[in-house]
Amino acid sequence: MTPDATTPGAPPPAPDARHAAARRVRVVLLVLRWLLTLALTLAGLLLVTFVIGRKVPIDPVLAVVGDRASASAYAAARAQLGLDRPLALQFLLYARDVLHGNLGMSLLTSNPVIDDIRRVFPATLELATLSTLIGVLVGVPLGVVAAARHNRWIDHVARFVGLIGNSVPVFWLGMMGLLLFYAKLHWVSGPGRIDPLFDGMVDARTGSLLIDSLIAREWEVFFNALSHIALPAAILGYYSVAYLSRMTRSFMLDQLNHEYITTARAKGVPERRVIWVHAFGNIAVPLLTVIALSYSYLLEGSVLTEIVFAWPGIGSYLTGALLNADMNAVLGSTLVIGATFIALNLLTDALYRVLDPRVR
Amino acid sequence: MQKKNGWRGARTVVAFAALATVAAALTLSRPATAATPKDMLVIATMLDEFSTLDPGEVYELMPEEYIANTYDRLIRVDLKDPSHFNGDVAQSWSTSPDGLTFTFRLRPGLKFHSGNPLTADDVAWSIQRTVLLDKGAAAVLQGIGLTKDNVLKNVKKIDDATVSVTTDRRYAPTFVLNVLGAWPASVVDRKLALEHQKNGDFGNDWLRTHEAGSGAYRLVKWTANESLILQRNDDYRTPLAMKRIVLRHVPEAAGQRLLLENGDADVARNLSPDDIAALTKSGKAKAVGVPQATLLYLGLNTKNPTLAKPDVQQAIKWLIDYDGIQSNIVKTIYKVHQTFIPEGFLGALNENPYHQDVAKAKALLAKAGVPNGFQVTMDVRSGYPYGEIAQAIQANLAQGGIKLRILSGDNKQTLAKYRARQHDIYIGEWSADYIDPHSNAQGFAWNPDNSDGSSYKMLAWRNSWNIPQLTKETDAALAEPSTQKRAQMYQAMQREMLANSPFVILFQRVSQVATRPGVSGLEVGPINDLVSYRQLKKQ
Repeated sequence: MTPDATTPGAPPPAPDARHAAARRVRVVLLVLRWLLTLALTLAGLLLVTFVIGRKVPIDPVLAVVGDRASASAYAAARAQLGLDRPLALQFLLYARDVLHGNLGMSLLTSNPVIDDIRRVFPATLELATLSTLIGVLVGVPLGVVAAARHNRWIDHVARFVGLIGNSVPVFWLGMMGLLLFYAKLHWVSGPGRIDPLFDGMVDARTGSLLIDSLIAREWEVFFNALSHIALPAAILGYYSVAYLSRMTRSFMLDQLNHEYITTARAKGVPERRVIWVHAFGNIAVPLLTVIALSYSYLLEGSVLTEIVFAWPGIGSYLTGALLNADMNAVLGSTLVIGATFIALNLLTDALYRVLDPRVR
Repeated sequence: MQKKNGWRGARTVVAFAALATVAAALTLSRPATAATPKDMLVIATMLDEFSTLDPGEVYELMPEEYIANTYDRLIRVDLKDPSHFNGDVAQSWSTSPDGLTFTFRLRPGLKFHSGNPLTADDVAWSIQRTVLLDKGAAAVLQGIGLTKDNVLKNVKKIDDATVSVTTDRRYAPTFVLNVLGAWPASVVDRKLALEHQKNGDFGNDWLRTHEAGSGAYRLVKWTANESLILQRNDDYRTPLAMKRIVLRHVPEAAGQRLLLENGDADVARNLSPDDIAALTKSGKAKAVGVPQATLLYLGLNTKNPTLAKPDVQQAIKWLIDYDGIQSNIVKTIYKVHQTFIPEGFLGALNENPYHQDVAKAKALLAKAGVPNGFQVTMDVRSGYPYGEIAQAIQANLAQGGIKLRILSGDNKQTLAKYRARQHDIYIGEWSADYIDPHSNAQGFAWNPDNSDGSSYKMLAWRNSWNIPQLTKETDAALAEPSTQKRAQMYQAMQREMLANSPFVILFQRVSQVATRPGVSGLEVGPINDLVSYRQLKKQ
């Protein structure tokens, strides 16, 4: 029999084992804390959205029966929606359904909200991910180089990019993009996710047309979908580039003024290493936060971009639901967006621990 | 050294950007589809009104258009002559001597898309179903006295090819036929719907997202707020040129224009006046304007004691610059129309006596005891052209000293306030359900119970306008069998309301349908229920 660590007379556990056990406990506590945060945040989000949704002066019954329905049809629809019950009871019943995985039916689409979200969220996810990729791959290097070449031409370029990105409305830029790249140059396809000819040609496994068409090896569908997403992704990506380059430049300028940079340069460390390893390494954590924020902002759905490009994402779905008091759809979308936001925060927290030993 | 390394960094960025551009150019320079195939028609429109596909539940404009092209009905009104009707599934029909019972003989050999035969059972059941479901669409059939209590008795199958409908009292025959020719009387595949029935819902839950009709086109796929794909019914009784019709949701007018210009859409339905002018000038599209049964009006709530004064109502009508708003703001998509029956309807009185006359308006305000004007609010739904029109009216009324405060809100929000009679002035639209004058007379000139708890919340009620005499006149016109006399009765009512009413009727909507050269045969009526894809052709 293996002696138990608590058995009197047994040898004390080795320091490594004690540390490992303590680490396991810390990880478990951390996970529990995250889960509790997640549950409390989602519950709070649900409650606040529910109350606001029920108090807005929009009559959801009108969306169901129309303006001219008889009094009996109106009353029946109201009862069917459960709006004749006390508010607290309505919330409890809704929360019960949510806990059972039922987000209810959408008034506007007559579909289960969960099915609608499965359709619209991947469209937003696809667009936001591509845009963020563009933002990170172009914006971060641009910001770093702009800081390294402070007040030189590349810095002016970065500042100009940031200025335009912060001052030009996305709606206008989207329209101009369509006019130039779709209508004049014919480089990309027009509004929508895919041409009607290809609609429904691939099974929706992930909801992302790019990935689904790749899985199905439907190259024509893939390229058509790519030509549709290219412009909205580039436009949103541009805003991401503007934001990330500005933030990266600012972080880098701050770091480059520190004494450890002067020391490194004095020691003869190559400039590239000073910038990309010493300084950039130290901005990784705040930069990660900024990237996560930018990504989560895009995941909430860029309503104007979705309207200009007729992109059926969660932003326009949520807006339409809000304007028609389709509360199941509003609450379902809010939950998904909230959960995504929390998940991104947790992921960022986890990455902090990887990037910054002081946080471990 | 520092400069060299920094320069290297700049080169990295430039190189990366160049690489990204080349990659993008390589992947994206594949030519976008030049044009849609010859037997496929793409319509760029707005599909955000679609919340259900069930003809017993639909009540919005675009969904009515979908129903009109996927479901048959007994009869349809003749667009060229609204007093004439053409048989759809009905081969012939007759009216009983007492004017109460309408009997329809069906065409032989009709089939639903499912292959099930279409019989009198289906026709009777479909009308009963809409009434018993008691959703928004039921209000149309209730207009001829069909209620939950009497519909099983009053709508019945005589034999496999004959069905009869009995009304609760005598109505003008054209009115009854207009109601039975509207979308709520669409013929639903009874067998198929009942196969999907849940808890006695007549298949409503299933039909919200599916189709069970026998019309020219059948539903292939509906993706909410994205697209609606229709496929030709090859068994249809007349030949159809278009094999597939795709309705694409393009919420932005400029987006619709670009799709049309580039051949990715063949028809655009929601272009702005400027887009239409530019497209027709360039020859890339042709546009046709069709007056719609939709009126844009102001409702003055007579619960407000100032607005209740007839002289104040008149003064407001004389202060508005109708022509200025039409030519500067709404251009080709609305025309000035000041009576409550739209042009193209039986009895329409196309008289527009009001124009801006500030002196006359000021005199009327002085006579009403408000020589220096007054303050009032107006609830305005967001979006073009309501906000722009509201601002113009605000400036117009200011000329008479009336200080108008605009309260902007979403359509459903302002409508809820309007239905609760909590507004001062409301700017809104009224669309007829069918092209019979009663649809509008009931809205504007009928208020049988002006109490807050009334079951009839039509427009006169919403503006607290107590009109026992006009209500009687509306009921009398509804029962008048002589078409000519009926038209005269509606004309008299319109004159009465021009002289005295809390409605400032401003404009009639004009639907501008832009099509690419080579596209023809899209029949657009004054209501979406009368838009037909059957004659569509593409060269």
